[in-house]
Amino acid sequence: MFGNLSDRLVETFKNLRSKGKLSAADIDATLREIRRALLEADVALEVVKNFIAAVRERALGDEVSKALNPAQQVVQIVNEELVQILGGEQKRISFAKNPPTVIMLAGLQGSGKTTLAGKLAKWLKDQGQTPILVACDLQRPNAVNQLQILGESVGVPVFAPEAGNGSGNPVTVAKDAIKHAKQKQFSVVIVDTAGRLGIDEELMKQAKDIRDATDPDEVLFVIDSMIGQDAVNVAKAFEDGVGITGVVVTKLDGDARGGAALSVAQVTGKPIVFASTGEALDAFEPFYPDRMASRILDMGDILTLIEQAQKSFDEEQAMEMAEKLAKDNFTLEDFMDQMQQLKKMGSIKNMLAMMPGAGKLRSQLDNIDEKEIDRTEAIIRSMTPKERKDPKILNGSRRLRIARGSGMTVTDVNSLVNRFEQAAKMMKTMAKGGNPGLPGMPQGLPAFGGAGSQANKNKKAKPKKGGKSGNPAKRAAEAAGISIESQGDSGSGSAFGLK
Amino acid sequence: MAGLIFWRKKKEDKAQDVEPAVIPVIETTLDQPDIEPEVHDSVIETEVIAESVIVTETVLEAVQLPKRKFSGGIKSLFSRIKFDVENLNDLEDVLIQADFGVDAAESIVAQIKSRAKASGAKTEGELKQILTDLLTESFTREDIALKLDSGVQPYVILVVGVNGAGKTTTIGKLANWLVQGGAKVTLGAADTFRAAAVEQLATWATRSNSEIVKPTTEGQEPASVAYEAVEKAIANGSDIAIIDTAGRLQNKQGLMDELAKVRRVIEKQTPISEVLLVLDATTGQNALAQAKAFAEVAQVTGIVLTKLDGTAKGGIVYAIQDQLNLPIKLVGVGEGIDDFAFFDAEEFAQGLVG
Repeated sequence: MFGNLSDRLVETFKNLRSKGKLSAADIDATLREIRRALLEADVALEVVKNFIAAVRERALGDEVSKALNPAQQVVQIVNEELVQILGGEQKRISFAKNPPTVIMLAGLQGSGKTTLAGKLAKWLKDQGQTPILVACDLQRPNAVNQLQILGESVGVPVFAPEAGNGSGNPVTVAKDAIKHAKQKQFSVVIVDTAGRLGIDEELMKQAKDIRDATDPDEVLFVIDSMIGQDAVNVAKAFEDGVGITGVVVTKLDGDARGGAALSVAQVTGKPIVFASTGEALDAFEPFYPDRMASRILDMGDILTLIEQAQKSFDEEQAMEMAEKLAKDNFTLEDFMDQMQQLKKMGSIKNMLAMMPGAGKLRSQLDNIDEKEIDRTEAIIRSMTPKERKDPKILNGSRRLRIARGSGMTVTDVNSLVNRFEQAAKMMKTMAKGGNPGLPGMPQGLPAFGGAGSQANKNKKAKPKKGGKSGNPAKRAAEAAGISIESQGDSGSGSAFGLK
Repeated sequence: MAGLIFWRKKKEDKAQDVEPAVIPVIETTLDQPDIEPEVHDSVIETEVIAESVIVTETVLEAVQLPKRKFSGGIKSLFSRIKFDVENLNDLEDVLIQADFGVDAAESIVAQIKSRAKASGAKTEGELKQILTDLLTESFTREDIALKLDSGVQPYVILVVGVNGAGKTTTIGKLANWLVQGGAKVTLGAADTFRAAAVEQLATWATRSNSEIVKPTTEGQEPASVAYEAVEKAIANGSDIAIIDTAGRLQNKQGLMDELAKVRRVIEKQTPISEVLLVLDATTGQNALAQAKAFAEVAQVTGIVLTKLDGTAKGGIVYAIQDQLNLPIKLVGVGEGIDDFAFFDAEEFAQGLVG
């Protein structure tokens, strides 16, 4: 496979660094790479063309030539433009003044409407609303049934007078549902409709009729993040056919880059309201344009990563650790502490995958054995406190005992001890060199030696994209500041993007 | 070409009379003569080893399925642009818009340029012919027919794919088609995860007159449902067992492991004849990642390209064939139970170039 955008841009910018200034030709070379990256992320061609033209215009202007690091300035522009098209800031659902608020879902077959209806119902319920689900997909076999099961599992009633499977009139169902909701005083009505192709006029008319019958406050267009170039046609068809007020991108827990989101936002001019990120019924969150931009460009989700790190690392502990390092009494016990801290951050694989440039590492990431950390822990736990403090006393018979106690081999024990010694040495050097960057992080990571042993498993603590704290803009600024400090002298990898 | 056939054992009572008549049957129905002797040989071999009975009992008869229309749904690439030597570069854009991907588009255009130069082709017609030929060549393969010819029945077909690709619908259509051709089909509802997936498959079983094996408890282990389905298919003398699985995104390791297990468990009873990966034609470049992951875990033997009746062209299959060497075997071209066909390289290419 081809390297990701980050890697390619780093390559493109290599030659530029000494120059300090970008020529028009340099910018064009950069934009070619960006064009390719966007196309590989399935952004529609016409959207890419307009986008590149806009970026080029800005890039040729003053802000770039006067910038300290023009290359990064270009990426910054790309990012800003992306975020802007993706909606600038979050959009919220608009609730009707006189309940019930009616939300209609529309989209292609298999885009995830019915599942989304269940998630949306749960989300609204958790916000104190009293939603009701309406089964208007009378086309797909057992779609009604599916909605009923979903409704039951989230504790939301389902209005389903027709059994579906090709019989019944969805428009009538929709009308009756509104009446029913008013009578029973439900605050939100979620209408699930049949999946349809953009070119299917008959079904499109049916959707329009449902819309006219229910006069929805929101018509949410549900689109699969894996969709390709056809996203523009589909979005246009739905915008023209039904008229949409917002977009929901589904299956974002996959590894598709989701360029379609950009196409749809651009073509329809409608905001993306929600992101659906998994099969569980709470895998549902507001859409963050900045994060989506990073994903499309494959720049890594550095914001989430930093947030995660800040959450998990106890600053005090980190200071203590630094002190210990300086005094040269870093023990296996501390080693284990560090590992547990890392564990709190979630899967190492996920964490590394969020870092810019990680695309390059992807194949190596796949080789990381997430269980390794558990094994290491088992070995350390099989040691006596004395041994943990002073690994030098570990002679052959002690090592054999530890191996037996932890269910590992003596070789494993040996290699752990070696790794520990190396790590301790490395950290001592680092501590002396002084690196006041991100608390815990720079000291923490090298402690694990080679990539093969960087491992961890704790799926529950998996990093979520929707960290909820603070002001994103401010956080971004802080994050950028931290990166400058911590990556300042590390050279190549940090050459672009957030530095 | 591509009428489907599967090979099944002649009924015993007829077997003795039929032997001489069998050879013509094979000749008239099997489109790929080069695999014919192989088919026959392997069958004889397995039978002899298994039962050491007389050869007449090993005779297979070919079952031909009703013909289905294929190309009706595909929309031409060239509704908007003019195609001539000057704007050959625009062709790259057109291919990108059909989800071929940047690299494939570049390579196709380069090939067309060199072919056009060599042959002196200039007119739109000539250039289109070059493109049609090129696409036909790259999609033509020997292994696009379903491989249901070992004589070891029931033939097991495992259907896999990401969520929402159209697995269950594909199974319904395929089952219906096979039943119309005279096969006895048992479906296995091993998608025990998605709400109402089992019921959805049951509806298709009724529509297509197939048997179905459902989970006996809620959320039953999919592998065990698959096992029971194959077990039942063997017991009830089915010609074909089709196993539905839950949709899973290819980057979910745990779910992919589960799929590998379903495979292993089925193969404890009988070999799997086909593992079909269902791909939605609207899928973009991620389809390549899907194909790669499923090929590795589930040992996919062929691709079913669904939803070709929309505006999507499914160009990513070019890259998939090119890089992963996986044949497209079937296509879904509509919502009706009969909107389903064998993939045909020439028709596909002609439909695209239009």
